[in-house]
Amino acid sequence: MIPTSTTSSVPEPSLAELAWTFNHIALASFGGGLSAWSREVVVVEKKWMSDEEFLSALTMCRILPGANQINMAVFVGSKFRGMAGACAACFGLTFMPVVIVLAMSVAYFKFNDVPAMQNTLKGAAAGAVALTFSMAIKTGRKCLTGVIPALLLVATFVMNGVLHWPLFGVLAIVAPPALLWAWPKGARS
Amino acid sequence: MKDEGLNLIHILLLFSSLSLLSIGGGNTVIPEMQHKSVGAYGWLTDKQFADVFAISQAAPGPSVLLVTIIGYKAAGLLGALLATVAMILPAAALVFLVSRMWNRAADSPLRHAIERGFAPLTVGLVLASGYVMSHAADHDWRAYILTGVCTVICTATKTNPLFVVGGASLVGWLGWI
Repeated sequence: MIPTSTTSSVPEPSLAELAWTFNHIALASFGGGLSAWSREVVVVEKKWMSDEEFLSALTMCRILPGANQINMAVFVGSKFRGMAGACAACFGLTFMPVVIVLAMSVAYFKFNDVPAMQNTLKGAAAGAVALTFSMAIKTGRKCLTGVIPALLLVATFVMNGVLHWPLFGVLAIVAPPALLWAWPKGARS
Repeated sequence: MKDEGLNLIHILLLFSSLSLLSIGGGNTVIPEMQHKSVGAYGWLTDKQFADVFAISQAAPGPSVLLVTIIGYKAAGLLGALLATVAMILPAAALVFLVSRMWNRAADSPLRHAIERGFAPLTVGLVLASGYVMSHAADHDWRAYILTGVCTVICTATKTNPLFVVGGASLVGWLGWI
């Protein structure tokens, strides 16, 4: 079992580093795969969070309203630098993408067509999907410690991905057994 | 000009409410966003909505920046900025409060249970989103092979993911998929 990293030995990032890092994550994610990019940078490169901490935050970010990745930026930023950190991470994540999206939409409304990038974007999307699968494989290897987590993983994938059940319905079914399984032994609520 | 002022008010009200309704991510409110911005306010046509949706998916950064484009079409640069802030701020404020509680509860058994127990669920959800994305991107067999090769490279080697996505874009640009 991986220890949860509530005591991290990594130095706390400055506001500028938070903004710069999330800017880097955002710009790398053309074609999609923003979650995978976030993990790649936040967990693997910067070691700001353990895989478990990142994954549980990601699920909470999905349950809460708002774009998942903006929520994740708020989560990471506020962990280190409170409200200022949340704002810095959020600003870093969105500023350049807003500029790019605006430039693209100005071009679109002027020429009345999607810029001739379709094929390139199709390729980028295939790469982004690959990055997402690879994230699932890498994190899956770490948390598949027995039969129960494997069953939970497969059940969640089938209900949400294959059967297209809504997130809340799926979590209502799988979250209670997951919490029961993971509850620290000997602890009281 | 008067129209633009009214549009700004509509932008503020529409996106700040959608922000808090977007439970499960920005994509969950897209039908409502389309209904209002195409049908009720007439800011864009159906075709334009579909096209700017594609732009927002492909552009780097969060795909919720679709609202930036809608705001731009409705009320220019000011509309774009207002739509972006209105869509982000309310939900982000809520998440901020939750993250504060979460960080204070570092040693509670509930937090430990969530961290350990939600990990397999999240991996299942990530797998599901990859699966749904590969279907949405109207993959044919060549795209599936490209995805498969890239997945192996990303998983088995330490190649910078930027090279993988860049390489895949190049393959697409050359018209091979």
